[in-house]
Amino acid sequence: MMFAPAPFLLKDVSVNQVMTQVCLALIPGIAAYAWLVGPAILAQLVIASLAALLAEALMLRIQGKPQAMFLADGSAIVTAWLIALTFPPLAPWWLVVTGTFFAIVVAKHLYGGLGQNPFNPAMIAFAVCIVAFPALMSQWPGIGLQAGLIEQINVILGFAPRLDALSGATPLDALKTALKLGEGQVDVAHLLANQDIFGTFAGRGWEWVAAGYLLGGLWLWQRKIISWHVPLAFIGALTLISGGLWLYQPTQFASPLFHLFSGGAMLGAFFIATDPVSGCTTPRGKLIFGAGAGLLAYIIRVFGGYPDGVAFAILLMNLCAPVIDLLTQPPIFGMKDKA
Amino acid sequence: MLMNLFKFKGGVKPPTNKTQSVGLPIAQAPLPSRLIVPLHQSIGGTPRPVVQAGDTVLKGQLIGEADGWISAAVHAPTSGTVVAVAMHVQPHPSGLDALCVVIEPDGKDQWIAREPLDYKTLKPEEVRERLQQAGVVGLGGAVFPTHGKLTPAKTVPMDELVINGAECEPFITCDDLLMRERAEEVVRGIGIFRDLLQPKKVLIGIEDNKPEAAAAMRAAIAALNESFLVIQVPTLYPAGGAKQLIRVLTGKEVPASKRSTDLGVQCFNVATAYTAWRAIAHGEPVVSRIVTLSGNVDQPRNYEVLIGTPMGELLKLAQPHPDTDGIVMGGPMMGFLVPNAEVPVVKATNCLIAHCDRLFPPKAPEMPCIRCGSCATVCPHELQPFEMYWFSRAKNFGKTQEYHIFDCIECGCCSFVCPSRIPLVQYFRFAKSEIWAREREKNAADGAKARFEFKQLRDEREKAEKAEKLAKAAAAQAAKKAAEAAAAAAADADEAAAPADVAPSAPVDAEKAAKMATIQAAIERAKAQREAAQPKNTEALSAQQQRDIAEIEARRTVLEPTTPEVVVPAGDNSQKTE
Repeated sequence: MMFAPAPFLLKDVSVNQVMTQVCLALIPGIAAYAWLVGPAILAQLVIASLAALLAEALMLRIQGKPQAMFLADGSAIVTAWLIALTFPPLAPWWLVVTGTFFAIVVAKHLYGGLGQNPFNPAMIAFAVCIVAFPALMSQWPGIGLQAGLIEQINVILGFAPRLDALSGATPLDALKTALKLGEGQVDVAHLLANQDIFGTFAGRGWEWVAAGYLLGGLWLWQRKIISWHVPLAFIGALTLISGGLWLYQPTQFASPLFHLFSGGAMLGAFFIATDPVSGCTTPRGKLIFGAGAGLLAYIIRVFGGYPDGVAFAILLMNLCAPVIDLLTQPPIFGMKDKA
Repeated sequence: MLMNLFKFKGGVKPPTNKTQSVGLPIAQAPLPSRLIVPLHQSIGGTPRPVVQAGDTVLKGQLIGEADGWISAAVHAPTSGTVVAVAMHVQPHPSGLDALCVVIEPDGKDQWIAREPLDYKTLKPEEVRERLQQAGVVGLGGAVFPTHGKLTPAKTVPMDELVINGAECEPFITCDDLLMRERAEEVVRGIGIFRDLLQPKKVLIGIEDNKPEAAAAMRAAIAALNESFLVIQVPTLYPAGGAKQLIRVLTGKEVPASKRSTDLGVQCFNVATAYTAWRAIAHGEPVVSRIVTLSGNVDQPRNYEVLIGTPMGELLKLAQPHPDTDGIVMGGPMMGFLVPNAEVPVVKATNCLIAHCDRLFPPKAPEMPCIRCGSCATVCPHELQPFEMYWFSRAKNFGKTQEYHIFDCIECGCCSFVCPSRIPLVQYFRFAKSEIWAREREKNAADGAKARFEFKQLRDEREKAEKAEKLAKAAAAQAAKKAAEAAAAAAADADEAAAPADVAPSAPVDAEKAAKMATIQAAIERAKAQREAAQPKNTEALSAQQQRDIAEIEARRTVLEPTTPEVVVPAGDNSQKTE
């Protein structure tokens, strides 16, 4: 007798489709990135993807898991793309490969593979590399980068010298450093107006990349791949704390707009903090998770030692996710307080 | 009439596939070559067969007698000869057998003498009795005996009577067609329920993809001058789940731990109301029902089918395509593949779907859960299926219960949306059955323990009683002896002026003996108690070992002739020989 349990009808969804849509949603941001910041990101995406697939295949083989099925699920590609997008675009290829291998091998497969990782693998890659190679991980392309794609690829692959003119600090880091050195004498408005690194409302060029992520993120929400809870809580918490401090001392703290469109805020809010595996799953848990990540990201990027705080903020919240879930179980059908 | 509808959380919208089978009116399925009528067709006790092989039966004749209060009678679906009362495979995923009455139709389809009644002349308990005797059970699929639900609670006033015409499962249209074609009788049946339960309101919920059925019901209600409300509810699976429909129509949520009557609601399927009316007003027991034939067939349609018709034979009417590889009973969301084409149509059979891979593609391999939460979003009971899955998989059944696994209605919404293709419902069924099995085992062990302890207690008590009895007997004996001695002494004294000290000594002796016997009994009791409390490593000895021990004991008695036991008085010997 044939064994096929109900339901016989299934919705046309798969892990692969979910992951593919996440990748599609990243495309507006990637396009802005390649156009405004540098086409090198395209090379990095390819390098990271290949490294991720290789690492994934290797780990599946070692564990004797079906390779075709898991390689096709698309989760490795999503991790790879997030790594490429959070690493400096001119980072040497081996740095990206190292990060990707660490993400796939250690952060994902050594914890049990797809669906089992307690931390977001891409953020683990970022954290490991920024701790191990702080200089390389802090060099971001300078403004008005003139080098073409081939030249940039040569830099990545190590064929061309790593020119200092090509890289500098991120807008977030530049602002923080300037404010620290200025010791209260430097004005945020003045800095933003007079430094080439800053654009209309955030880092020059980067603000549009962030806008691209926002657009893709909203599409993901509309497609119901992600729920509104995490991004809204993340953006809300970041806006509240940055807005509060900005109103308190506008000369020393940048506006919420600046913070939302700088660094990894949008990418983190829509694409990283929403990772279901390492995040919270209950509605209230998602709100706490997103708000905590937004808050920590601000604290780390403004008061901490790193140029951006999104990666560490999300990792710290990953730590808390299980207990948050446990404490925020929603009441079930028929067991709600009628009060 | 405008009414505020409530929403239930979750739910899914699978393709409804209903239009195929509503094009033609209900047809009468021809008499099959034979009928296999299972005796157990409703929740509750298994009816006892009242016919045997060789008997001739008439249509509607009782063949299985209700067994207990929650049980409903079973009747012969047509006239003919009972060929056998035997075990037969059931339409159940387990493929297990159950006792069936196999009838060979004589082709006359001759009814028993039917006795139409006006239920208003009957007492409520007579109506319930009649429904039970007519085998009226919930035809929505749960087959709970209807009479059992028709007693109003004494403490909670009955607010709403909900009539379920939602029919949310894809493919199934039997209730739709029933309402379209036989609305009047459905409404009259609802009238019986209303009169028995006396609710404040009667709400008939029909999904809004069945406007014809709703219109027919409204017309029938108007014609019969009733005040029932027909409410079109949004088409959203599982809106036809009793608890979901109650939620949508009344806003009340019935958790697994409660019955709907505790909240002042009762729910019946439209087809149940129809059969209730037929049973009371026409004296016709439930011997047939409407079944939708659909799926991989040429001629999808609804048929009035005799209970007991073999499914394969029935499905032929709809001309299944050659690539049909199985029959699904029920809808595609909660139904199951029947073990074989020989299994009979039962009262719970609302739909048969010819299965083929083209219609229901085989499932992709199961992937790991990525905790996307889709299952929790669609769960109509607002559970966290992925957590229950995790703990079911880990066989951590205590945790599954903490996540309220028994509130799961197995509607299949979670499996439907899972991107990892995890058969979640299967995991939950597994966990539930394991929990039940453990519960049964625990109950059995508890029972055995209780029996053992009781036996020990009884043994001890019997021993003590016996000891006491013996002590008393010994005392009596001693007293008698003493009395005899006294009498003899008296006689002696009479004869030769005996010394006076003999007579008093006898009562003293008797007293002493009785005391000794009581002490001995107490010692015995204590010993028995000690033995019961102590580990008995001398139990279950082999014959050889016992012989050895006996030998050693014998040698010991030889070596130690003055054991303290020697001091015991005469009363003890009788006990030792026990």
